[in-house]
Amino acid sequence: MIHPEAEWRAHLAEGRFMIQRSRSTGGHVFYPRIVEPGTGADDLEWVEASGKGVVHAVTVVRKKDPADSYNVVLVDLAEGPRLMSRIDGADVDAVRIGMDVAARIVQEGDKPLLVFVPA
Amino acid sequence: MSMSHGFPRGRTAIVGAATFGIGRCPGVSAVDMAARAAMLALADAGLSLADVDALYTSAPYEALGGMELSEYLGLTPKVVDCNRTGGSAFEVYVQQAALALEAGLIDCALIAYGSNPASNPPPGVGMTRQSPWEAPYRPVAPISSYALAASRHMHLYGTTRAQLAEVAVAARRWAQLNPEAAVRDPLTIDEVLAARMVSDPLSVRDCCLFNDGAAAVVMVRADRARDCARRPIPVLGAAHAVTHREISSMPDLTVTGAAISGPQAFAQAGVTAADIDLAMVYDAFTITPILFLEDLGFCPKGEGGRFVADGAIAPGGRLAVNTNGGGLSCVHPGMYGLFLLVEAVRQLRGEAGERQLKRAELAVAHGNGGVLSSEATVVLARG
Repeated sequence: MIHPEAEWRAHLAEGRFMIQRSRSTGGHVFYPRIVEPGTGADDLEWVEASGKGVVHAVTVVRKKDPADSYNVVLVDLAEGPRLMSRIDGADVDAVRIGMDVAARIVQEGDKPLLVFVPA
Repeated sequence: MSMSHGFPRGRTAIVGAATFGIGRCPGVSAVDMAARAAMLALADAGLSLADVDALYTSAPYEALGGMELSEYLGLTPKVVDCNRTGGSAFEVYVQQAALALEAGLIDCALIAYGSNPASNPPPGVGMTRQSPWEAPYRPVAPISSYALAASRHMHLYGTTRAQLAEVAVAARRWAQLNPEAAVRDPLTIDEVLAARMVSDPLSVRDCCLFNDGAAAVVMVRADRARDCARRPIPVLGAAHAVTHREISSMPDLTVTGAAISGPQAFAQAGVTAADIDLAMVYDAFTITPILFLEDLGFCPKGEGGRFVADGAIAPGGRLAVNTNGGGLSCVHPGMYGLFLLVEAVRQLRGEAGERQLKRAELAVAHGNGGVLSSEATVVLARG
């Protein structure tokens, strides 16, 4: 039996960005779940993501102190799925739709977090 | 599929409509407000609580709100629904009530809502969980999700912040003609552009109000509607589509479920967007009317920003949109969809006062829930 979120987090804690793929359809799935959405294929296996992506949409959450403002993005993974994340290592106003980005796992507080940096 | 496209066209009607407590409504609970609006709508129809055998409501903080309002009013309904499609719930209720009325399961449907978050702030615990896949990135709920959709629309179609601001200014100009609207002071494009940014490209003036308000409508079959106190407003079509929950799973950030529900509701009604005199489209943020006007077919995909420019949806413009002042300038107590229906009824009856449209034969009310997640479209006619 698969435990989608728990297994994903366990991989992340080991420094690995994993996504799911259906053996029968070849489709990649994120966020992790028990079947592929749409097809219902239940032969999902974990595969290592390439970490390559492109910024699909971007917003900057503005705070009173501009130094506290931060970006929130949607990233299209090379494998197909889209996810929410953040672009580190770039000025808050420099993130653009269409930017090539690469996945990184950082420590946020006491937890690992998937972010992206300019590729 | 039958000629009716799955809907009993014109066989049910809205016969009562009311709002209550718009703006500030202190010293009472949300259910007090819903009950007050319900009684006003029944009186408007010339009906009483004894006539009601179906209740449709979405309480702001009570998951079991259907039972709560039923108990409060002393009803014993055959059908109770408190669905979880956010601000679109009320357009879905019109669809479901029409089907239950047509089937003969029920004879009189009451759809009611009340909420006063401005006067009676909600408890800390909300009715939705935080997404483990989005919350760690600290999007401001729900504005950052709409901001992401807006960023994509601007990138693909050249939509500008000034065009978004047109939506806010048009809403304010309609609000100035509506004595019930909560915010009526002048607003300019420059003021919207200079307002404090919350989540790019949306400023605080691109966001709907968060104030108090209640509303209710009453529906019966068309044959019985003729005996009611007011001109019945026939329901010609009602359709719904859900495409996702969180913005990261929206199939296309610039195409909403309105592109499914809109054409279906228009087909049921036997009309097209070109026939519509009034478009009541959910304006949670300035980007949402632009998306819905496109998806409902008032202009091609991508042209929404240019469509609303130069005061085109303000009083005297090419298309009347959100004539009550909308969620941006009239009322938005959390789930706004029922106010769209009440304003459409008032315009179709010809009782909208200073903002009354010269021609009001057909109206569309389009509700939105979640983060562009649930879209429901209702077509109403002057009977």
